[in-house]
Amino acid sequence: MSRAVLIVEQAGALTTVQNGGRRGLLRYGVPASGPMDRAAFAIANAAIGNPPGSAAIEVSPGGLVLRCIEGAVGFALVGGGFSAAIDGRALNGWSAAMLTPGARLTIRAGEWGSWACLALAGALAAPLWLGSRATHAASGLGGGMIVAGARIEIEDAAPRENRLGPIAPFPEEQGAMRLVLGPQDRFFSPETIAALLTGTFRVTPACDRMGYRLKGPALPVAALLDMPSEALPRGAVQVAGHGDPTVLLADHQTTGGYPKIATLISADQDRFAQLRPGDPLTFHAIDADAAVALARKRHTALTRHIEMLAKGPVPLSERLARTNLVGGVVDALHP
Amino acid sequence: MTTIGPSFPRLRAVGDSGLLVEFGDRIDKAVHNRLLAFDAALQADPFIGFTEAVPAYASILVGYDPLLTEPSAVEAHVARLLDHCGTVDVPHRLHELAVCYDREFAPDLPALAERAGLSVETAIAAHLAGDYRVFLYGFAPGYAYLGGVPEAIRLPRKAEPVRDVPAGSLIVAGPQCIVTTLTMPTGWWIIGRSPTPILRAQAERPFLFDVGDRVRFRRIDRAEYERLAP
Repeated sequence: MSRAVLIVEQAGALTTVQNGGRRGLLRYGVPASGPMDRAAFAIANAAIGNPPGSAAIEVSPGGLVLRCIEGAVGFALVGGGFSAAIDGRALNGWSAAMLTPGARLTIRAGEWGSWACLALAGALAAPLWLGSRATHAASGLGGGMIVAGARIEIEDAAPRENRLGPIAPFPEEQGAMRLVLGPQDRFFSPETIAALLTGTFRVTPACDRMGYRLKGPALPVAALLDMPSEALPRGAVQVAGHGDPTVLLADHQTTGGYPKIATLISADQDRFAQLRPGDPLTFHAIDADAAVALARKRHTALTRHIEMLAKGPVPLSERLARTNLVGGVVDALHP
Repeated sequence: MTTIGPSFPRLRAVGDSGLLVEFGDRIDKAVHNRLLAFDAALQADPFIGFTEAVPAYASILVGYDPLLTEPSAVEAHVARLLDHCGTVDVPHRLHELAVCYDREFAPDLPALAERAGLSVETAIAAHLAGDYRVFLYGFAPGYAYLGGVPEAIRLPRKAEPVRDVPAGSLIVAGPQCIVTTLTMPTGWWIIGRSPTPILRAQAERPFLFDVGDRVRFRRIDRAEYERLAP
């Protein structure tokens, strides 16, 4: 059994261990947690050849610097526009590479995106809490926070040489974020609903794993409100007294007493989580059936993408050929 | 948005993974009993694609996997259960929870008593006299909202939250109290501490209470607290 050991030299705030999430405990006040960008997490594990749902490291906008002190371990870095370098040699976007003793991996947030997933080939050693290694960041319970000075051990570490190389990006939808109105849209005037669906919002710095507060047109609650607390799902668009909406994410509170004007659809939650403070966004309302159809469509596309990755990285010659087929460009090597 | 009958229960879509079943619009034991009966019926007869249900004061969120089912199928199943589950009183457990009102554990007890126009001892007696019901969990893992704080000591939350309130603290605001499970900020009145953890991650049953359980408090002194505390 081989082992790899990494030392954390620098870690941005909210760098955590995450797995597929902690299910079935919402009724006890425990959110699922898990990755902010679930597609990036699934792709990273698939690309490096780990079983689905394996614990991985979620990298925050503050970046991450690791030094390998033992073993040889492959890794995949996926998510947003994050960039990485090994001993100063830049890797190209989403990619899988290998760390050997003495090597330093530097991960930085790039042009866009708030979260990247670093999946290490093997089993990341991290504590279980309530049956899962997902980290609830507000309490630090679960796999745990990754902080400078920490030691990360990977059991059954493997180089996975056949996996190393660039990782094809997963194309996300562009444009307006889709919502299903409700369950408390009736507490808002038609003008306020129109403001939600036509205005431009921006992500404020009040954003973490629990949710992102937005700033845009004010969304005043019309009805005099005395609402008993009720369950809140991931994606809930909650409007507190200040009139600014907050979209709840992985570590959301499980119940709350503020009205929810809408719910962000599942298919758009990953790309929403990748927004940064200051990024603009708009909303578009669809019904629950249309949202279900989009969830299925995206799942199918993601499954195909992962099946393609499971075959291993595509050789450069084949990638050039594919680009040519798509782009209609003559193969430079064989004009 | 689907409505069954003129008032309650009502069904409302929550995105593409949830259906909110509303049994009322206020905190009420009869409403909560109906919700618990439905919760029990759903656990006994779940539909394909059911994920989990989250009970609260007057509603329950029924979660589903959109890859396995769709809103109309979930609504039909829920409507059928609602027709049959009625308001049978669901079995519940009664817990006796030890609490120590020692000054050091209860920094807000004198102020709460003063605001309520009571002596500290009378305020403690009022808290001990309450019959509490676990209405829901929320805020943080294992935070069980116990309704039933007697009228005499109901106060709105404090103006400013306090940071780093220790786990096990007994906190009250309005008609509710909570025994906390984590070191967290709170704006509620801190009036005691319990040696009994509500959340024991390693236990076979990690959460002491289920929603619907009843709770009574038993006063212990500091010596007994120290003996019982983990």
